[in-house]
Amino acid sequence: MPTKNSSERELMEVAEANIKNLSRRNFLGYIGGASALLMTAAACKKTDTPSSNSGVDLGKGDVGILNYAYSLEQIEAAFYTKVFESPYSGITASESALLGDIRDHEVAHREFFKAALATGAIVALELDFSSINFSSRDSVLGTAKAFEDLGVSAYNGAGKLITSPDYLLLAGKIVSVEARHAAYIRDLIMPGSFADGLDANALDKSRSPGEVFAIAGTYVKTKINYSNLPTS
Amino acid sequence: MKIENIINEIESVDPEIYQRLDGRRSAMKSFAKFSGKVALASLPIAFGTMLNKAYGSPTGPKDAITDVLNFALTLEYIESEFYKAGYAAATGGTLAIPTGAPMNAIKTIRDHEIAHVNFLKTAITSLGATPVAFTAASFDFTAKGNFANVFTDYALFLAVAQTFEDTGVRAYKGQAGNLISNNDILTAALNIHSVEARHASHIRQMRKANGGLVPTGVNVKPWITLNQSGIGTNAVQASYNGEEVTTQAGVNIVNIAGFMISANAASEAFDEALTKDQVVAIVTPFFA
Repeated sequence: MPTKNSSERELMEVAEANIKNLSRRNFLGYIGGASALLMTAAACKKTDTPSSNSGVDLGKGDVGILNYAYSLEQIEAAFYTKVFESPYSGITASESALLGDIRDHEVAHREFFKAALATGAIVALELDFSSINFSSRDSVLGTAKAFEDLGVSAYNGAGKLITSPDYLLLAGKIVSVEARHAAYIRDLIMPGSFADGLDANALDKSRSPGEVFAIAGTYVKTKINYSNLPTS
Repeated sequence: MKIENIINEIESVDPEIYQRLDGRRSAMKSFAKFSGKVALASLPIAFGTMLNKAYGSPTGPKDAITDVLNFALTLEYIESEFYKAGYAAATGGTLAIPTGAPMNAIKTIRDHEIAHVNFLKTAITSLGATPVAFTAASFDFTAKGNFANVFTDYALFLAVAQTFEDTGVRAYKGQAGNLISNNDILTAALNIHSVEARHASHIRQMRKANGGLVPTGVNVKPWITLNQSGIGTNAVQASYNGEEVTTQAGVNIVNIAGFMISANAASEAFDEALTKDQVVAIVTPFFA
């Protein structure tokens, strides 16, 4: 399928760009993450990724889906927090302001899920951003694009797994903001690419939790068990 | 009268339109008489109310779903005919969309909306229902003269485009719950919803670059701040009212958990839904 191939290609490009941006000093620490990303890209041909039965249990039912969203928002919020703390070289005032907005949005999403889940929330995940060169615009924006498109596809794919209309609406309120981010980041990388990668019907992507963690797993050290999530 | 033409067109594809509207065919004749008496300005509202009644009263789960899809299809027709007309005006030399990236973007978005129309028509047909049908003549993108120069003034064209996209995002969001019983249709609707949000983000960037019709001191961002349209007219305000909320599911987002989250950011982080009634009221002036 062309869309699958193009998403694989995007992942490969992110991985390759990150490798190119690597300084020697970081290389040994980095190589594990980079090869994992390449392997992830290569493994995308399989639609069924093996689900893990150990690690942090996201739970089942709607709570599981909220924890699933919480885990993704943790990754995004931490990423943009780091981006804002150590801006890439050549960042413009406009980029800095809007990337700061995005950080605030992602932190708001993360803390909202944490508050809404209360005692049902999973722990704070241990993340690994060693594959990202935060001083490089290409590396940061390439990763941001991958995260935002991934987030959009994750929420789109999670909609059908939710049973409560209220939670479905909440997911809807967030996913369109992620799509606004995705379009903006894409336009920063290549003007006019805000909606590249749609299918022939001009529909966006949706991904299953397994497909999402196959990609996001590169950036998460904590083992995540999503095997109890609903599948339909 | 043009509204009658629209109903006739709907009838050609949906023979039950009269039953949906009133249950009695003669009711439409009385509407025609009635319409001669009421003020011209109130006609679109009366028409919108009728359409709403016709497609807003599901008799079963499948009807409920195809009703939502026909509602979505109506919105996609509005968008696709709008961009078709705008692009044609630009190539014809009467609308000054800059060549290069801006023209390419409008063409891209136009093609997406056309694809959405075709996709929804197919989906509705495959569910055994009849898709609504509209043509360019069905619409009045000046909105009864409110936006008289919409196809000659690039800044106004972008402002109306932004309003359509932001409204479309809110409309799909408001209907998701009505599709919860059908996984495939729900997923497809969500996959359209996020594309409309991508369009909105890009059109907003185009408006920032252009700068026209942006009130002094307002920074147009790819996302919606409070209930600000970023457009110097109240005519589109209904599309933005309600976006200013900063509490979600009882959780106050402002400065949540000690993080410095402003009211602006808290409102931007969550897009809000519109009900079908609200959307119908917003788009009704755009019907001829």
